[in-house]
Amino acid sequence: MLRFILGLIGGIFALAMIGSLFSGLKTYFSNPPAQLASDVFHKEPRELHLASDGPFGSFKHNQAQLQRGFQVYSEVCSACHSLKLVSFRDLKGIGYNDAEIKKIASDWKTQVASINPDTGEASTRKALPSDTFPPPFPNEVAARAANNNALPPDLSLITKAREGGPAYVYSLLTGFQPQPAELLKRFPEAKTPPNLHYNPYFANLNIAMPPPLTTEGQVSYADGTRPTVDQMARDVAAFLAWTAEPNLGNRHAVGFAVSLFLLFTAVLAYLAYQQIWHDAKRAVRVTGALDPKNQAKTKRAKAK
Amino acid sequence: MSFSWAKPYEPKHPLMRWLDERLPLPRIVYNATGPGYPVPRNLNYFWNFGVLAGIFLTIQIVTGIVLAMHYVSTADGAFNSVNQLIMRDVNAGWLLRYAHMNGASFFFIVTYIHIFRGLYYGSYKAPRELVWMLGLVIYLLMMATAFMGYVLPWGQMSYWGAQVITGFFSAFPVIGEPLRVWLLGGYAPDQAALTRFFSLHYLLPFVIAGVVILHIWALHIPGSSNPTGVDVKDERDTLPFHPFYTAKDGWFAAAVLLIYAVVTFYAPNYLGHPDNYIPANPLATPAHIVPEWYFWPFYAILRSCTFNLFWIDAKLWGVLAMFSSILLLFFLPWLDKSPVRSGAYRPVFKRFFWILVVDVVVLGYIGGAPISPFRTALGQVAAAYYFLHFLVILPLVSAFETPDPLPNSISESVLHGEEAEAAPAGQSRPRRGSVATAG
Repeated sequence: MLRFILGLIGGIFALAMIGSLFSGLKTYFSNPPAQLASDVFHKEPRELHLASDGPFGSFKHNQAQLQRGFQVYSEVCSACHSLKLVSFRDLKGIGYNDAEIKKIASDWKTQVASINPDTGEASTRKALPSDTFPPPFPNEVAARAANNNALPPDLSLITKAREGGPAYVYSLLTGFQPQPAELLKRFPEAKTPPNLHYNPYFANLNIAMPPPLTTEGQVSYADGTRPTVDQMARDVAAFLAWTAEPNLGNRHAVGFAVSLFLLFTAVLAYLAYQQIWHDAKRAVRVTGALDPKNQAKTKRAKAK
Repeated sequence: MSFSWAKPYEPKHPLMRWLDERLPLPRIVYNATGPGYPVPRNLNYFWNFGVLAGIFLTIQIVTGIVLAMHYVSTADGAFNSVNQLIMRDVNAGWLLRYAHMNGASFFFIVTYIHIFRGLYYGSYKAPRELVWMLGLVIYLLMMATAFMGYVLPWGQMSYWGAQVITGFFSAFPVIGEPLRVWLLGGYAPDQAALTRFFSLHYLLPFVIAGVVILHIWALHIPGSSNPTGVDVKDERDTLPFHPFYTAKDGWFAAAVLLIYAVVTFYAPNYLGHPDNYIPANPLATPAHIVPEWYFWPFYAILRSCTFNLFWIDAKLWGVLAMFSSILLLFFLPWLDKSPVRSGAYRPVFKRFFWILVVDVVVLGYIGGAPISPFRTALGQVAAAYYFLHFLVILPLVSAFETPDPLPNSISESVLHGEEAEAAPAGQSRPRRGSVATAG
């Protein structure tokens, strides 16, 4: 009886699924879903190789690039994008020393909200190494007001918060281009609206951010690297990979030691297991290899 | 609670004798996981996953307790406490968090293998029905704990996942919406919801640990099942748990922990979703809301219902189907009436079992992938099969199937491999079925 009732319930659920299947098919054929411009023209990120890639990757390998990326961030990106989770003192991780960090903090273009120590009135003070990067706008309303009602996202975690990571950032920064004629022909309604910018690496193809890196030499590198748009985009992507995951090098190193240790443990434990089971697998039972009948058989075979 | 030939506990040291007379804790350990617990000698590696689940529960509790020391359970502070404080400033905080994140995934991986082991070898059958049902209770508690834990970082997927999951309750007529509001402590996930999720997320693992004790207790009454499904007959069929299975579990645990370490250290975010690194924003809905991978098959079943059958609307069908897909497993011991436990001796059952495995993998893929007409249709077929498998096919198969001949005993089933070793060189290994003549 129980099984009959349960079988009936199973049948009803199967019926609900099959009903959904047919109603879905009916809708599909009577009203086929229209293709979107982003289904056709969206592109996967271009390849980007960084010193932090791979199991032995570390930010220590190419600190020059990270410092160049930081320069691009401070001279270009930081006009609109905050870096709220990163402190100035963290810059030690990309090779700056204490004095340099102190100077970078106190010279930062925006100051830290504070109070006047005498009157208690709201005021600002210069940033200290222990401060996080002060955001370019005091709040979301101010940020939107200055950016055509678009909100520039915080960049601290951007390479972990987007599919594709640093490669996505690099592709997006170098991906601004005029809308392809074919797109306008096939999807006339998908013309990029005013104040938006066509970029095939962005999910819906039209991004509010204007092209931030436009001309060679926009940033002048102290180490003599040629500041092409492509180079600046690579450098800032590398820098943002660091801001999202500053412990990556340490993680890889610890992971190597832990994995090696566990491998060693597993091998030792496996050998112990073999040792312990050796007799149990062979000698314990009279029905096994030590059964007199089996022993006699083996003996006879050997004699032959 | 054991076989008559189990080695009795005989404390030798006076201190242990003294303790045994007053608080026989070492005796319990000895009889549960020591030489005093005889275990079938033919267990294969699928029997290691219960212990592994216990190991991962321990890892989760230990890392979780330390994480809770640094976590801030406020809607304003949660995201930063995880992504700034713990990931950057707490000593080895990144390690704790990644170990906890991936520990949850590995807990589910080993639990799923453990459950499918039970399904294949008929571990749910008499006299182990309660072992099976307590296991399902653990699984349900795990799902609740994992869901609430995923909400805590207060990222976009945390927030919208909480919105969707608690939204299930609003599908029920009349009481649904008030129930949802009561559970959340508001009309949408916010401070009240976050704090209570944190509290429950801390509580439930200890409830799990308690049910694990019941699960093991109920298991130790009849003793472990085994790949032949044949009952233990005498001493030759068993080996003491220690040192034999402690050694086997030991090396296998080290091997699985190695895989866990590689994922945790080299691809810690592989099993996660990038959107959870964006702070929760009630005004911006993510393009694709998906739960964590271990919920994907059930999410696929939920999304498969798009049709108002009878007087019940599609959303309620989806919720009912999703809950039923797990609850029906509680009836499994009575749905499958075949007296043969092990799938190895059930030719028809075996085929359907592998179809079910493929079906669940397909459902998992559909649940995680973005919606498309083709995928939705495939998911609906897979969901229909899931219900038919358990509620219609399994009872019918168990009624009509002719099982293969069973070995007379466990040691006999083990013997055929060893007789081949003992047999003269050049003579082939005896086939199954001819074994009976060997004893």
